[in-house]
Amino acid sequence: MNYFILALIKTGIVVGVFMHVLAYLQWIERKVIAHVQLRVGPRRVGPHGLLQPLADVIKLITKEDMIPSHVNKVFYYLAPFVAVLFALISISVIPFGPEIEVFGIRTNMSLADPGIGVLFILGISGMGVYGVALAGWASNNKYSLMGGLRSSAQMISYELPMALAIAAPLLILNTLSLREIGEKQGGFVLGVIPNWTIFSGGQIVSFFLFMVAAFAETNRVPFDLPEAENELVAGFHTEYSSMKFASFFMAEYANMVTVSAMATLLFLGGWHPIFPVEYGANFIPTLIHWGGAAILFYHAAQPARPFDKYTYPVFGVIFLGIGGVFLIPFLQPILMPLFWFCAKVLTILFVFIWVRATLPRFRYDQLMSFAWTFMFPVALVNLFVTALVVALS
Amino acid sequence: MDAILFLIFAAIAVVCGINMVVQKHPISSALSLVGVMAALAALYLLLGGEFIAAAQLVVYSGAIMVLFIFVIMLLNAGAEPKSVLKPMGKYLGAPLLVVFFGIMSFVVQNMTPSSDNVVFGSFKGAGPREIGTSLFTVYLLPFEVTSVLILIAILGAIVLARKEID
Repeated sequence: MNYFILALIKTGIVVGVFMHVLAYLQWIERKVIAHVQLRVGPRRVGPHGLLQPLADVIKLITKEDMIPSHVNKVFYYLAPFVAVLFALISISVIPFGPEIEVFGIRTNMSLADPGIGVLFILGISGMGVYGVALAGWASNNKYSLMGGLRSSAQMISYELPMALAIAAPLLILNTLSLREIGEKQGGFVLGVIPNWTIFSGGQIVSFFLFMVAAFAETNRVPFDLPEAENELVAGFHTEYSSMKFASFFMAEYANMVTVSAMATLLFLGGWHPIFPVEYGANFIPTLIHWGGAAILFYHAAQPARPFDKYTYPVFGVIFLGIGGVFLIPFLQPILMPLFWFCAKVLTILFVFIWVRATLPRFRYDQLMSFAWTFMFPVALVNLFVTALVVALS
Repeated sequence: MDAILFLIFAAIAVVCGINMVVQKHPISSALSLVGVMAALAALYLLLGGEFIAAAQLVVYSGAIMVLFIFVIMLLNAGAEPKSVLKPMGKYLGAPLLVVFFGIMSFVVQNMTPSSDNVVFGSFKGAGPREIGTSLFTVYLLPFEVTSVLILIAILGAIVLARKEID
């Protein structure tokens, strides 16, 4: 088939799914935080608030687009575009699974596979700083400027330990292509331990360093100094409203998805299952979905709220159906890698939200000294030890 | 397709380069320079130098230019006043520039006559592995000397930046 048509179809699918994931990630975040804090979260729009993202999008589009006076117009308009552009580009090199065959066409489950995928993502995420810095500077507001400066300094500082943490598993994997990184982590050591770098390579320290740096790079709690409400109003996007504000929001969530996918690929074995298929790894998705359906039916039998006895059985039936789809043999080569990849990414995203619900914020000097006096030396030592092990073995 | 992409990115690089000189505000100039760097990275990628493209993106348009902009923002530099040109510079500047570039390209053309045309994506042997190998074998001494030089620069910066101890 024509290469361009194939690329167009794949891009359409990825963009469609990615946009919905970004919209619903916000719903998931609100729900999870609400349940951590013993609330119920959004539940007015649609069953259990499932249409809340749609309502939010309509609200943000139809809101008045305010432009404060004395802003630098060009950069004020440019900043949200830059932020969202460089946040969305990274997904184009992330592989979601191995080579698959659909309707007789063999294709990779990724949009592109440059030989320098890891460096590409590092470069693109480095460009994302411009959006934040420009937004803070162009807004002509001291809080925005402070937020923009803080954010740039933070992102520059944490890029170093992040790059060093990434370098350690790369020494073991010996490639920069994200597809090869995923493929090399297949198989099992001694038949049970998955051949992921975090287990067989012993990269636990690198994984934690990477995750901490990822929290800082995406400006999430406990490193959300750029938008510390009680000090800076809303940080670099104080003066933005309507869709421009939504762009910054989207960029933040897109960055979260990207770093989660990076952590999955580099440390958690990409699309490979956690235990061998011979022991029934292919039944895990079905079991999880049917387990969820069972819980839903159980709660439908004793509803806590009046509507639950209608909505829970419906969701239960949907879950049963999704679980059944994973059992269809000719869909399994496509769905299984996709399930494991998405499960790992969603687990890391859940940790992001969980941390936000539980941890307080750092002070700014603590944040900087943490990066330079703890993270950086530990990442260096970790890299040296890994290099020594790789060189000796 | 390659030729179209080359023309697009070459045009972006040239326009951004001219814009960098023309703009009065430091931030505009710095951002135009980012555009030049990014367009050059795309050109390297078109030629097949993947690693060089990535390094260009990470080092130049990523790290160095972010620091430039950071400094401009911290110093809060405003727009520069437009300097008045003398009549000679006004009327002779552009023609002289054209003549200068003409002579330069003529000399370069004569010094290194291009025997064959450049083919897109034909540039081989510049992957991360090849560059790493040559850095640690053929160019080991320049590489180490450069890192010592950078270390000296860092030490100098710290000495200059720290407060006087009485």
